[in-house]
Amino acid sequence: MFKIQHAEFLAPGIKRFVIEAPRIAHKYKPGQFVILRLYERGERIPITIEHSDPERGTIRIVVQSVGKTTNLLNSMNTGDSILNVVGPLGKPSEIEKFGTVVVMGGGVGTAMAYPTAVALKNAGNRVIAIVGARNKELVILERELRESSDTLMITTDDGSYADKGFVTDKLRQLIENGTRIDLVLAIGPVPMMRAVAEMTRKEKIRTIVSLNPIMIDGTGMCGGCRVLVDGKSEFACVDGPEFDAHRVDFSVLVQRNSTYREAEKKSMEEFQQDPNKQLETVHAGQTGACALEGVGR
Amino acid sequence: MTQPTKPTSLNVLKPNALPLKERMKVPRQHMLEQPPLERATNFTEVNLGYSEELARREAQRCLECAKPICTNDCPVGVKVKEFVQLIVAGDFLGAAAKIREDNVLPAITGRVCPQEDHCEGGCLMGKKVQPLGIGYLERFVADYEQRHLDISSLPKASPTGKKVAIVGSGPSGLTTAGDLVQKGHEVHVFEALHTPGGVLVYGIPEFRLPKQIIREQIDYMRAMGVVFETDVVVGRTVTIDELMEEEGYDAVFIGTGAGLPQFMGIPGEHLNGVYSANEFLTRINLMHAYEFPNYDEPMLDFRGKNVAVIGGGNTALDAIRSALRLGAGKAFILYRRSEAEMPARKEEVKHAREEGVEFQVLAAPLEFLDDGKGWLTAARCQKMALAEPDASGRRRPVPIEGSEYEVPLAVAVIAIGTSANPIVQSTTPGLNTNKWNYIQADPTTQRTSRKGVFAGGDIVTGSATVILAMGAGRRAAKSIHEYLTTSSDW
Repeated sequence: MFKIQHAEFLAPGIKRFVIEAPRIAHKYKPGQFVILRLYERGERIPITIEHSDPERGTIRIVVQSVGKTTNLLNSMNTGDSILNVVGPLGKPSEIEKFGTVVVMGGGVGTAMAYPTAVALKNAGNRVIAIVGARNKELVILERELRESSDTLMITTDDGSYADKGFVTDKLRQLIENGTRIDLVLAIGPVPMMRAVAEMTRKEKIRTIVSLNPIMIDGTGMCGGCRVLVDGKSEFACVDGPEFDAHRVDFSVLVQRNSTYREAEKKSMEEFQQDPNKQLETVHAGQTGACALEGVGR
Repeated sequence: MTQPTKPTSLNVLKPNALPLKERMKVPRQHMLEQPPLERATNFTEVNLGYSEELARREAQRCLECAKPICTNDCPVGVKVKEFVQLIVAGDFLGAAAKIREDNVLPAITGRVCPQEDHCEGGCLMGKKVQPLGIGYLERFVADYEQRHLDISSLPKASPTGKKVAIVGSGPSGLTTAGDLVQKGHEVHVFEALHTPGGVLVYGIPEFRLPKQIIREQIDYMRAMGVVFETDVVVGRTVTIDELMEEEGYDAVFIGTGAGLPQFMGIPGEHLNGVYSANEFLTRINLMHAYEFPNYDEPMLDFRGKNVAVIGGGNTALDAIRSALRLGAGKAFILYRRSEAEMPARKEEVKHAREEGVEFQVLAAPLEFLDDGKGWLTAARCQKMALAEPDASGRRRPVPIEGSEYEVPLAVAVIAIGTSANPIVQSTTPGLNTNKWNYIQADPTTQRTSRKGVFAGGDIVTGSATVILAMGAGRRAAKSIHEYLTTSSDW
């Protein structure tokens, strides 16, 4: 069991958790993720680590409510526990002095891009951060990114805060202004990452994206997270999650991520019918799991 | 037939009353099974076990050879004749203890071991009649032990003060752990998944090896003193070097299993509906996706659909029989050689066929086709013929020109093998690997190129069987014990 030391909403539907996980905190490097399972009947889901504190033995994650599991997680609070947290998984981000790096975060992807932005800054890069959100309420980590980047640009889809538009609009401006860009890191929804990739491909700017395919074990065993990179299958959990954006087949990613859409919808409907009862099931499934020693029935 | 006697701890071994020449006349006792068409719709175990009476009747068939081939042919050297004699005498707990001297997972090997390749394959009776049902007997005493033995008071060896880390809780790791804890070493097992058991949990389906059995065997090991830590991916969460230098482990055994699923590299493998066997089986076995929405991990709806598994090993059969239980309308194996070359256990092939699995042999897919929206609709296949034997000793399949045909399919599961998982190798400097990236280990001592580090099972040999991995675990335990107690030379 992994105790939630602290939980707070950063924005509506986006929650930050500080979790006691000493081993993971000790080994974590930016770009890596954990897989967690809330209770005995739960699914395993990958979540990027936002920060770690090796001395306190804690990691931080930022979670957006999307389906049943993320909604359940975001109904959990300080003092609750998560049954399983494993990691840090995946290859760390490549951190070196590239020169000028544009770090782009779309929605909750901002929380995943943030630690790499910090590491790139500490490695001596000039970091231009571009953060996009649907509206003002959903802009997260503004203060943190302002401190750890040389320039921070913010866009909102509806113009309720900062500049109206998309993160790609800002990237285009930078390119058109003749800004020398040595590397782009884009993390966010697939359409955003794909749009960034298309824009930088023409300019021949090296671009890294962090992919979020369906995943189960996270150690290379199941092959569920395979993505098409340069026409070949690669596993996001061991070969990624970061890949060269210009080699990724985003259509296949979108298509494979839709595999369980119907089942996900069904789970979500069930959750919405009675969220409190679902949360009770989680708590019961955690204590029950202790008795069951972690093995299903 | 003699009356069953009650087992007692002071049992005096009663000899087998059945005269030698009568023993061959007793037919091999069948194990009860769930009826095929009934079991094809559920995940409950197929084989139902022996009664005490059937077990003793079967045990009486043993010829009690002076030089038992069965023990010789067993990768962990179970003293078959002796445990069978204890069954004849009615001392079932004694029989279980006798097996445990060499095999810490009897309820598991009694179910999934390919006995025909080992103990039963060597059984002298098999030359004339059916061999002794050694696997069935092993399973019987293991299950009897589970019901009757109080594990809260297992004797513990006096501590040696040495600490051993076991990486992976599959068959090789569990065996090494069980053997070492009995020698008094402090043993910690690290498991990457949330449940100990490795392939026994994620790979082998409930109907062949119930999870309850694995849990009981692991509980037994806990009672012996083995400590399990789940959610630790050695190489990522902690490295081998950190275990030895910072956490004070005197030796490490690596038993991380086979690893990455292989794909065929044909067009359409990324379509929705195409699975690796590992993913397909992990969803079902580890994640209970077949119980969705009671469990959260989802599975595609298989009801009434055409499902094919590509491959001819035990994993392929586990997958296709699972598909059948998920309601597949038509479930078939696509295998590029003929049935004679299939690596799967004969019993599994028989069970699968009884349940309604079809075998399309001498056929291989060339391409997966889709509906234009990324969903699998069919496989374009090619017929094969057999040519001269290849490096594996099996006859090589060669394509027949112009024999292409299409099979409508909603789901395809690829079960053509695995390749080495690189996580431990790539994070352990100085650990030598072979050209396929499997860890190099001495076949007798299981020592690797790193002092104090041993390895065994699929991560050394590539995909093999539970019992072969257990054999490696036994050798490793012996060798680790020697390393820790006699001399630390390397």
